[in-house]
Amino acid sequence: MEAWIVIVVAVLMALGFYLLMQRSISRIVLGLLVLSNAANMVIFTSPGLLRAKAPLIAGESLAGFPHADPLPQALILTAIVIGMGVLAFALGLVFKIKKILDIEDVDEMRQE
Amino acid sequence: MTVGMEWLAIAPPVVGLFTGILCLFFWDKLCTQRILQLLGAMAHFGFSFALVIAVDAHGPLVARMGGWAAPFGIVYVADLFSALLLLVTSILWFAIALYNFKGGIDKARERFAYHPLAAFLIFGVSGAFVTGDIFHLYVCFEILLMASFVLMVLGNEKEQLSGALKYLVINLISSLFFLTAVGLLYAQVGTLNFADLSVKLSSFDVLPPSLTMVAHLLLVAFGVKAGLFPLFYWLPASYHNPPIPVIALFAGLLTKVGLYSLIRVFTFIFPHSGTSTFHWIWWLSVLTMIVGVIGAVSKMSIRRILSVHIISQVGYVTLGLALKSPVAIAAAIYYMVHNMFAKTNLFLISGVVESESGTDYLKKTGGLFKSHLWLSVLFLVSALGLAGIPPLSGFFAKLFLVKAAIAQDELWSVAAALGVSVFTLFSMIKIWNYAFWKNPPADGVSDAEAKKAIQPSFAISIFTPQMISVTLLAGFVLGMGVFAGPLWELSLKAANGLTDTKAYVDAVLPYQGEIYR
Repeated sequence: MEAWIVIVVAVLMALGFYLLMQRSISRIVLGLLVLSNAANMVIFTSPGLLRAKAPLIAGESLAGFPHADPLPQALILTAIVIGMGVLAFALGLVFKIKKILDIEDVDEMRQE
Repeated sequence: MTVGMEWLAIAPPVVGLFTGILCLFFWDKLCTQRILQLLGAMAHFGFSFALVIAVDAHGPLVARMGGWAAPFGIVYVADLFSALLLLVTSILWFAIALYNFKGGIDKARERFAYHPLAAFLIFGVSGAFVTGDIFHLYVCFEILLMASFVLMVLGNEKEQLSGALKYLVINLISSLFFLTAVGLLYAQVGTLNFADLSVKLSSFDVLPPSLTMVAHLLLVAFGVKAGLFPLFYWLPASYHNPPIPVIALFAGLLTKVGLYSLIRVFTFIFPHSGTSTFHWIWWLSVLTMIVGVIGAVSKMSIRRILSVHIISQVGYVTLGLALKSPVAIAAAIYYMVHNMFAKTNLFLISGVVESESGTDYLKKTGGLFKSHLWLSVLFLVSALGLAGIPPLSGFFAKLFLVKAAIAQDELWSVAAALGVSVFTLFSMIKIWNYAFWKNPPADGVSDAEAKKAIQPSFAISIFTPQMISVTLLAGFVLGMGVFAGPLWELSLKAANGLTDTKAYVDAVLPYQGEIYR
């Protein structure tokens, strides 16, 4: 199962970097979006994927049955929220750049 | 040990957060916001100062969030290294708040949340300095990045926008490298707490390749934030655009957070990551120093010279890290503190120069020595301090670094450090010659301003908030030279706390061996 996720991450990373290297500003932002999802998937897979119960203790101890690691889920939740905030800002910036500088191609940006 | 003092570790970031929130409440009352900034900086200073004294006396302080034991909950840990940097942060914050007290930044920007954003930036920076958990470090990075993004575009000028896009994209890529590294680290070690990581990884003599990869991912991630050699291109593209108080804040704090993380991670978690990693860091530092200073020499505007120059200084600090011995790391810490004062002060002075002569383009300025004697003295103190002329802070910073390098027979490091400092002096003297020494240009656009500038007027008195602020910081540059001895002892102690992790680990994981493990 992990192997599949790893392939998905690899594809997403490749896609993200491909988009980042485009000249259009909106594609660059899309590339960031894809890359942040790839990073999130890495965290998601980090404890190993298993068919297990949620790590909630109701009376008995956890020792008897396999349980999922809750920490990466907390991490990924934080990372998703942060990623969303930053992306919202990036979209706002792209909008402003289009409106004020009136460019779409990064090559048209003034050097320096 | 020191029960009831633990909350001190979390006090400085909380001060930043609450100052920001309070400033938001007084949206229309700019004067209140300015006073709040000053008060917040003073409170931050008080807590940081108490923290330095407490940590110096009792060892690292650990604040456990929600009372959870260390590797399971989030901890804030202040060791001497963090506490020192917090203290410097508070002084810089105070100086910049004072600088803004009367017209340091334009009204339009002030009205659109400059003050809350600056406070949130301090919140993120202070949080990054005291956190004891690598994922939490990521969160603090994002907080300070978010504040810096908005500060970077505040004003919506054309150059700001195009600079901000580069800044945003490169910093986000580095954040994603960081996040990926955190995921891979957790997959292999199963913990994200600094102390726990250091214990668990200390069982390796040489890191396995998979962990070396994580170390290198982190090197790239922090290298981008710090402005290391092949990764610094966002910095000259974006730093010279925003108004001076914003750049001063960025120059003093943002790249230094990247440096802090590099030092923390490579002394604490991956000290044994093979000689190859440290060779990489060595090469990157030397190239950073050289490329940065050559870039600075080639520019013709004060802002650009100073902002490209940041890069060169970053190289010195990482050179100390690459040499790896406690003495070299102490020199790096001393250098970092010195550079935070000197750099911020140079930017603030260049702000005064700009507002006095109407431009920062060197060919159009001039005659400031005649008209603004005190300002010239302050500039000279900071600039020569940065270059490393004896009684000032930079001399001792470089002396300690060179001594550490000689002790390890690293003669090429010595050659690089000394050679680059000659060019540093050259670039500072360039500003001095053009802006202060030479006569103002007789012809050209700024004719009226030029005439005004030759008048030997002391109209800009020493007692404006801006002049007091730059005088204060110049005092610290001088003071770090005068009190170099005690400060060196402190940096040495801080560096020993980094290379010998026992005190830190014992403070964070007191139950190690009993309940845990």
